[in-house]
Amino acid sequence: MSEVTTLNDMWMTILLTLDATIRLSTPLVLAAMAGLFSERSGVVDIGLEGKMLAACFASASVAHFTGSPWLALLVAVFISLCLALVHGFATITHKGDQIVSGVALNILVSGLTIILGLTWFRQGGQTPSLSGDGRFFSIDLPGAELMQNVPLIGSLYKELLSGHNILVYAAFALVPVVWWVLFHTRFGLRLRAVGENPKAVDTAGISVNGLRYRAVMIGGVLCGIAGTYIAIAHNAQFTRDMTAGAGYIALAALIFGKWRPVTVLMACLLFGFLQAFAMRIEGVQLPVVGVIPVQIIEAVPYLLTVILLAGFIGKAIPPKAIGKPYVKER
Amino acid sequence: MKRDTRLAWINGLLLPLLNVLTAFAATAVLFLLIGVNPLEAAETLLYGAFGYSEGIGYTFYYTTNFIFTGLAVAVAFHAGLFNIGGEGQAYIGGLGAGLAVFMLFPELSPWLMIPASVLGAMLFGGAWASVPGYLQAYRGSHIVITTIMFNFLAATLMVYLLVKVLREPGQMTPQTVLFPDNAWLPFVHDILPAFGLEMERSPLNLSILLAVFMCFLVWFFLWHTRLGYAIRVTGLNPHAAVYGGINQKKIIVVAMCISGALAGLVGINELIGYHHRIIMNFHLGYGFGGIAVALMGRNHPFGIVIAALLFGTLYQGGAELAFEWSNISRDIVVVMQGLVILFCGALEYMYKPTLIRWLAPVQEVRS
Amino acid sequence: MNFAIELQDIDKRFGAVHANDHVNLQVETGSIHGIVGENGAGKSTLMSILYGFYQADSGSIKIFGNEYQFTDSHEAIAAGIGMVHQHFMLVDNFTVLENVILGAEGGQLLAEGLQAARQSLKELEEKYGLDVDLDATVDSLSVGLQQRVEILKALYKGAKILILDEPTGVLTPQETDELFKIFAALKAQGVTIILITHKLREIMAVTDTVSVMRRGAMVAHLETPMTSESQLAEHMVGRKVLFNVNKEQVEAGDVLLSVKHLNWTDSQGVPRLKRINFDIRAGEVLGVAGVSGNGQSELLEVLSGITPIQEGSIQIKGQTFSPKEQANPAKMRTMGMAHVPEDRHKQGMVMEFRAAETAILGYHTDDELSNGPWLKPALGRERCADLMQAFDVRPDDVELKSANFSGGNQQKLILAREMEHNPDVLLIGQPTRGVDVGAIEFIHQKILAMRDAGKAVLLVSVELEEILSLSDRIMVLCDGEITGQMDAAKADERTLGMLMANAQQAHDPLQSIASGEGQS
Repeated sequence: MSEVTTLNDMWMTILLTLDATIRLSTPLVLAAMAGLFSERSGVVDIGLEGKMLAACFASASVAHFTGSPWLALLVAVFISLCLALVHGFATITHKGDQIVSGVALNILVSGLTIILGLTWFRQGGQTPSLSGDGRFFSIDLPGAELMQNVPLIGSLYKELLSGHNILVYAAFALVPVVWWVLFHTRFGLRLRAVGENPKAVDTAGISVNGLRYRAVMIGGVLCGIAGTYIAIAHNAQFTRDMTAGAGYIALAALIFGKWRPVTVLMACLLFGFLQAFAMRIEGVQLPVVGVIPVQIIEAVPYLLTVILLAGFIGKAIPPKAIGKPYVKER
Repeated sequence: MKRDTRLAWINGLLLPLLNVLTAFAATAVLFLLIGVNPLEAAETLLYGAFGYSEGIGYTFYYTTNFIFTGLAVAVAFHAGLFNIGGEGQAYIGGLGAGLAVFMLFPELSPWLMIPASVLGAMLFGGAWASVPGYLQAYRGSHIVITTIMFNFLAATLMVYLLVKVLREPGQMTPQTVLFPDNAWLPFVHDILPAFGLEMERSPLNLSILLAVFMCFLVWFFLWHTRLGYAIRVTGLNPHAAVYGGINQKKIIVVAMCISGALAGLVGINELIGYHHRIIMNFHLGYGFGGIAVALMGRNHPFGIVIAALLFGTLYQGGAELAFEWSNISRDIVVVMQGLVILFCGALEYMYKPTLIRWLAPVQEVRS
Repeated sequence: MNFAIELQDIDKRFGAVHANDHVNLQVETGSIHGIVGENGAGKSTLMSILYGFYQADSGSIKIFGNEYQFTDSHEAIAAGIGMVHQHFMLVDNFTVLENVILGAEGGQLLAEGLQAARQSLKELEEKYGLDVDLDATVDSLSVGLQQRVEILKALYKGAKILILDEPTGVLTPQETDELFKIFAALKAQGVTIILITHKLREIMAVTDTVSVMRRGAMVAHLETPMTSESQLAEHMVGRKVLFNVNKEQVEAGDVLLSVKHLNWTDSQGVPRLKRINFDIRAGEVLGVAGVSGNGQSELLEVLSGITPIQEGSIQIKGQTFSPKEQANPAKMRTMGMAHVPEDRHKQGMVMEFRAAETAILGYHTDDELSNGPWLKPALGRERCADLMQAFDVRPDDVELKSANFSGGNQQKLILAREMEHNPDVLLIGQPTRGVDVGAIEFIHQKILAMRDAGKAVLLVSVELEEILSLSDRIMVLCDGEITGQMDAAKADERTLGMLMANAQQAHDPLQSIASGEGQS
């Protein structure tokens, strides 16, 4: 084996790991942006997981029946939006506990998807695997084939940037949009204000509840897209609890990124990379350290979040009014 | 009736009852939607749970777990804390129980071995919960987020230990060797014949007595000890706690520790009582189920027993439903848990304004 | 006459609380009008109604002669009203500019609005002498500057009427001076100002007219030059129907509580207690008089060990507590101190608890009520029943939820808990606040009984007559300072009123502004 091929292999390994990072980060980015809207408005969203899972099931089912991924996306978004409205109804209208409400939705969805799946498909709670049409397929960016012979850059372009499905590109394009909306529009200004000091917003004559509902609804829409991605773009069917904690990891990324779009994106990429890395090194003998148990790497996002929250590295200061229902009358 | 009395009735009885009924009604609607007659389903469910002695055994076996986690969530609630980490604490509690068994002499008398494993479960569960408690009290990190993270940490830790460290040699399944039989908590079906009663084999073991004992203990602790009193003052009115000379930080850590210790006892029922080895995911769902149990049981041990029995019934009866209807599984219980948490927790006061308007309107106070 | 504001018959209830009782108010355009009253007199509620934040149950609002029915603040803002709240309505991590345009952004995108706002704010700053860096984040500004941001905010939204709710409560004297200069500039430009405060000196210094509120009602409308601080103080403080209390002469004994050089500054950096020195002897009631918010609450919290000592010392029965040797409520109780808190709902009880449980709050670690770590609920119930009997608490049901007793009976239960424990030093805050007349006499007798039994009692009250009839000695607090101490026999309402307003203060920067303004 020549030096060149070894180097080449290593380069490809790196590229494939990064490629997997992007695929695994996509739902995290979408869900974290969903959480960002909600939490910036002062509403804690533990229910990211549940909304995504519901969207997974909805999109996989609709894609199976209609064969249209776009229709599947639409329905998934609608379902996730409905759940977001339930959360809003409980926590904004009725001033219920935001965490209890989120937990309720997560548990409810985790059971409901199985029961409905059994009723409709009788496959142990799964949806039938999609073949062909019903999925979002990868898009080859122009010139990917031509570029592949250009050393380094060519493979980088072809393997890393090209060949993802539309939702991946949408997720990453979303981040600058979120940033822009948050910091350069009237809605963004009011949203940030309502999460910090709702009374200031109220005394300025703006409806606190209206703003919070809108934020929670945007969160619903984005979770719908995230779930659709997991079920019919990244996978090809719905399986039990298939979000596997992605909602909670997104929540951790949101905290780790201190509720700011760009740093949250970085946190999502970091957590996505850790997942991709864990898969790649499973059982692989590494130089010096030997075999690293996958679980240690998997645990890193959770550990980092705990350590950050405890104020041992930097400090994550949440929006000040987060978790508190806004009560006007004394 | 005076308005105050009416309000007390509304808050104390009518509202909780309506909330539970709403959750039931929503479940019934779901049954109709999936083409199952709710009444028939209820009948099947009850038969599955109580119709034959094996079913009864299973029902109470599941109830035992729900009592432990329900109590765990309730103790934390009384201190004003939302312990969402019952899953992880139960899992690590199981580890503690197992390690206690493995570390002690195999020929130790069961009279010492089993209490030691109970102690191990409580110690491990308590220690696992006390870290988020400590971080909340002294570092200001939010207990809900930390306990969620600790659930995942517990899961990865257990996978690592069961795959890499504790796995039975020569076996593929990630589980430990069987416990020596002096660490087996007796099954109820083995005990009953001594009293002249017969029962079919079921996983029901003497942990249920431990659960009942713990209910009594928690009740006694909360309402008959200084510490319990301090916990309740802290949860209900932190300002009054300061005024009353209570150290809130200490109370937070202690309450979490007790909460985790109770959740850890799921490991006794599951591992010492039934599986007799440490296995993967024996705890799944009970930690979250405990939230529903505590909310429905109004955080009182007596209410928790009732709510735990309800969920135990649903759990076992749900399995029976699955035989009868191919589109139902035990997940119907999970749905029900979600609905209970939604209506008894998040939407607790949904009916309150209406009820007050109907039954106890504000009288004009003359000026 | 040309009125900026005419309020007629404004009435508002919160549940059973009558916050505004058929209130009338007229304020002339371009004048500075003061509204004074105790905490909870209904000033803030009235202003919140004027600002559209709450809706009145009945009554009418006229602004510059036009009648309005405000359903939210937006409409009030549009009518030309601006409000500077007691707790600033600012977003801490926003810049000054962002805070000012919130709610008046001028379009979906921020860039243009920010640009336009920057321009007009510069003009406003110049016009009224309101210097503040528009790009600084609010949390980096001093309290005084944050208040300017609030004023800018209101002016930017076109306020012709500016309401300020307790604007000087958080300010240093220098900042207060600055604020009043701004008032003068605003007035000169024709802005109408309503100043809500309980600091009488400020009313006298800057207002043209003044209204007094008490218990939700307007009790007086006065021309400022025609009135005096002591007259205002008399209007403000309650005159409850008091029964004659028979006070026997008791020879004061040893010093039981001695406070030396106590200073205490709050988290905002505002000094709340300044150089507090006093002793209380056995068999003596020391009354602390003062308009509320002048350091009484802080004094009680430091003395009872709830708040750590920052400077100075507290000596109780020979034991000295200081910043190095901190007290805490549990320790203070074991030293023989009992504390009846000012706010019984917030601190003194747990509303959800049964009476028997509230009756042991703070004493749950007592050996009489517990056996090692075990509590004895039966003894707790017995104790509670005894307390209820001794203090005539009705209904005498130890199982009843604490919230379900009337205010007077809740207070009697707390008093009973603290008094029957046989303390040597008793701190009592507002013993008869929210208590029905019948219970007042009873409570007063119990307080005197403590004194006769040789206890040292510190009595904090905003009711002057209560102080006068119960105290052996009286100490007056104003702005965190002791402005006078005297024998109760030598005190009357007039002298106390003067001391409460600190009217004799030699150096008074406000006077100069007031007189300077008078000339223009």
